[in-house]
Amino acid sequence: MISLEINGKKYKLEVSPDTPLLWAIRDHIGLIGTKFGCGIAQCGACTVLIDGKAERSCQTLVQNVKGKKIMTIEGISENHPVKKAWIIEDVPQCGYCQSGQILQAVSLLNEKPNPSDGDIDEFMSGCICRCGTYQRIRSAIHLASKLMKQGRKK
Amino acid sequence: MSNIINISRREFIKTGALIGGGLLLGFSVPFSAGALVKKSAKIFAPNAFIRIGTDDIITIIVNKSEMGQGVYTSLPMLIAEELECDLSKVKIESAPVDPAYNHTEWGPVQGTGGSSSVRSTWVQFRKAGAAARMMLITAAANTWKVNSLECRAEKGFVVHDKTKKKLSFGSLAEKASRLKPPKDAPLKQPQDFRVIGKHTKRLDTPEKVNGTAIFGIDKKVPGMLAAVIARSPVFGGKIKSFNDEKTRKIPGVKDVVQIPSGIAVVAKDFWSAHKGVEALDIKWDEGENAKLSTETMRSDYAALAKTPGAVARKEGDAQQEFMKASKQITAEYEVPYLAHATMETLNCLINFRDDKCDIWTGTQFQTADRDAAVAILGLKPENVHLHTTFLGGGFGRRANPSSDFVSETAHVAKAIKKPVKVIWTREDDIQGGYYRPMWYDRCSAGLDEKGNLTSWLHTIVGQSIIAGTPFEKMLIMHGIDETSVEGAKDIPYNIPNIYVDLHTPQIKVPVLWWRSVGHSHTAFVVESFIDEVAHASNKDPYEFRRMLLNSHPRHKAVLELAAEKAGWSRPIEKGRGRGIALHKSFGSFIAQTAEVSVEKSGEVRVHKVVCTIDCGRVVNPATIEAQMESGIVFGLSAALFGAITLKNGRVEQSNFHDYPMLRMKDMPKVEVHIVKSDEPPQGVGEPGVPPIAPAVCNAIFALTEKRIRRLPIDINELKGI
Repeated sequence: MISLEINGKKYKLEVSPDTPLLWAIRDHIGLIGTKFGCGIAQCGACTVLIDGKAERSCQTLVQNVKGKKIMTIEGISENHPVKKAWIIEDVPQCGYCQSGQILQAVSLLNEKPNPSDGDIDEFMSGCICRCGTYQRIRSAIHLASKLMKQGRKK
Repeated sequence: MSNIINISRREFIKTGALIGGGLLLGFSVPFSAGALVKKSAKIFAPNAFIRIGTDDIITIIVNKSEMGQGVYTSLPMLIAEELECDLSKVKIESAPVDPAYNHTEWGPVQGTGGSSSVRSTWVQFRKAGAAARMMLITAAANTWKVNSLECRAEKGFVVHDKTKKKLSFGSLAEKASRLKPPKDAPLKQPQDFRVIGKHTKRLDTPEKVNGTAIFGIDKKVPGMLAAVIARSPVFGGKIKSFNDEKTRKIPGVKDVVQIPSGIAVVAKDFWSAHKGVEALDIKWDEGENAKLSTETMRSDYAALAKTPGAVARKEGDAQQEFMKASKQITAEYEVPYLAHATMETLNCLINFRDDKCDIWTGTQFQTADRDAAVAILGLKPENVHLHTTFLGGGFGRRANPSSDFVSETAHVAKAIKKPVKVIWTREDDIQGGYYRPMWYDRCSAGLDEKGNLTSWLHTIVGQSIIAGTPFEKMLIMHGIDETSVEGAKDIPYNIPNIYVDLHTPQIKVPVLWWRSVGHSHTAFVVESFIDEVAHASNKDPYEFRRMLLNSHPRHKAVLELAAEKAGWSRPIEKGRGRGIALHKSFGSFIAQTAEVSVEKSGEVRVHKVVCTIDCGRVVNPATIEAQMESGIVFGLSAALFGAITLKNGRVEQSNFHDYPMLRMKDMPKVEVHIVKSDEPPQGVGEPGVPPIAPAVCNAIFALTEKRIRRLPIDINELKGI
């Protein structure tokens, strides 16, 4: 029996301890916003936040996240500046990688509220978008950073 | 073109007539799509594409698969334009499999591809909207007892201006559903368009941002099992024997079944199934393909390229003129096999019960997939219901005439008689075949003493995608697969003597259309070689092309605009090179310029791309911009990194570490300029891909004088330059 805390909710799962967090989230908890892309932490489609930091859930075993706070795309509020910015910039195409991109961007803005293009290059290059929405992701991150600043001023 | 429109009109009228008889009674076969409409007077369903409920909910049924290219926005725009409804409030549904949803240009099949969605529905969808609007207006006029000509539709209402009366579409649905559809519905004049041509945001963005969009891999049904399949490491290999003892001991594994493509491990979840596959011990009979190697193929292809092939185009006498030329230029180019590598790996869910089944999958080719399941499961077509989900990328991979990912799921479902979802791993995907073919091209050009290009010879060597598919009759003529020579036999340049020929070797590596199909290689070859010829004649590569385009004004216009926007006549920043390329594909004309630099390591950095496009009338400029950006990234991934190679019959790559993709750090600034046009709308999903590789390679030459003739670009060739 494995205990997990995802999006503020506690779950007890009957899975073997070597199960990747990705498949526990998708197949056992039933949150399907987190995607499978490569299984070897090369594409970022499975990105989730673990204690606020972006991690690849396909290479994170459930046995190693006991007591940690996990957040998936479903846990990010609809009013989050990153989600808003993504909608304003009309980022997605096929949309499959976008949950991972968004969580990676949330993590970036947690660390660097005002990222430069270089920061974006460095932080976002682990997430592949086969449709090539990178230019819009970059704009959306800059916009989200602005929205967050405005939010703080209010 | 008139042919195409006639077909779509005929299709439309046929659909309309079928429905006309059964608006209220529910639709009888063969219009089975209607069966999905709840038999109720509360729904106005004037045709296969529109449903309006008395609750004012407007549903648009889209028969093209949404794989990122934006058809769930651009196609509803066509209907909304004529229906006069509020686009932001419509619901979108994917079409079931039904003749009413067949492609208007492809014969009796339903599918998405060839950058044809807007072009092929341009009349059909607007007519569907216009007919529905006319019926709603008639229903309102009858209610108010006024002349229908005094009524108009606006944002989901019918309005009578004289009396200021207004009724919503929903409140008219019941009455409208009792009317006969009009024989013809006149369409708006372009100057009256209010939706078409407007920058419109995607309707599917919110669900793709909050994680609720359902892709095939996300679909679930009660009692569903997961399956992963072990396939032959060599194409066409057969199972000699296998031992599943260890597999069956893995907790969660429910069954191990042999199917034609390999061994399927069925389990309670993906991870258990995956572990089960790892634990299998399989002896393969690898067959003759175990000898396949890219290196051997390269030398075989190179030898073939020096011999005459099947003639695809012959103007004048290119051979003789070439012999007479004062300057002769010859070059050979090659490009590798490429995997589509859609972000969502292939998958399919089948819920098979005794006499019926449901299929959920992200497919581009509904009819073939449905028919494959029909054949394997021994069911009647009307009992096989295929539900098209969102596609996490398609690029042609999900339009497989041999329905590989659906067929093998059907085999597993048949064997275990439980709902099952087969999921491919990334390794399965990269090594699973159905690649863009590997190509080898040999080009020769002759210049006269004044530097005029007088002869052009191009020999192409590569496998046929179309051979053996149902499209053979349509696309293979006199031994020429049109998709092998597209973009090469129809070069726009004014050259008096042109000769293009083709060799089609028979090799057992499965090949398939890959975003932009033949153009993905011909644009690289033609636009690199014309650049070589320009330099050989000491002319500016832009001016050289321009001078040869007098009979092709649309080509010329996009080329000139690209040069202008890129500042072609202005000097470029030190350490950078600028290249240009021009290519027409899928009806659209595109020019691209690329600005590059080369690091000491030989690594190429693409800084900026200017892209100009004339795709005829613009439906959604936002889609066009996004698709150009997307095509450029797709083409850059291939030009800089992409190669599938074989050794001892085995694919040498397996995942994104050795089959890399363009990433954020590699992304150039992309600028898109759309040329205004009143011509019919053409493709945008694919045409952005072909010109980028030659634009980049031409820029590398401008900077380094090193000509890249083989993709992907080998950084060792550029090291220390």
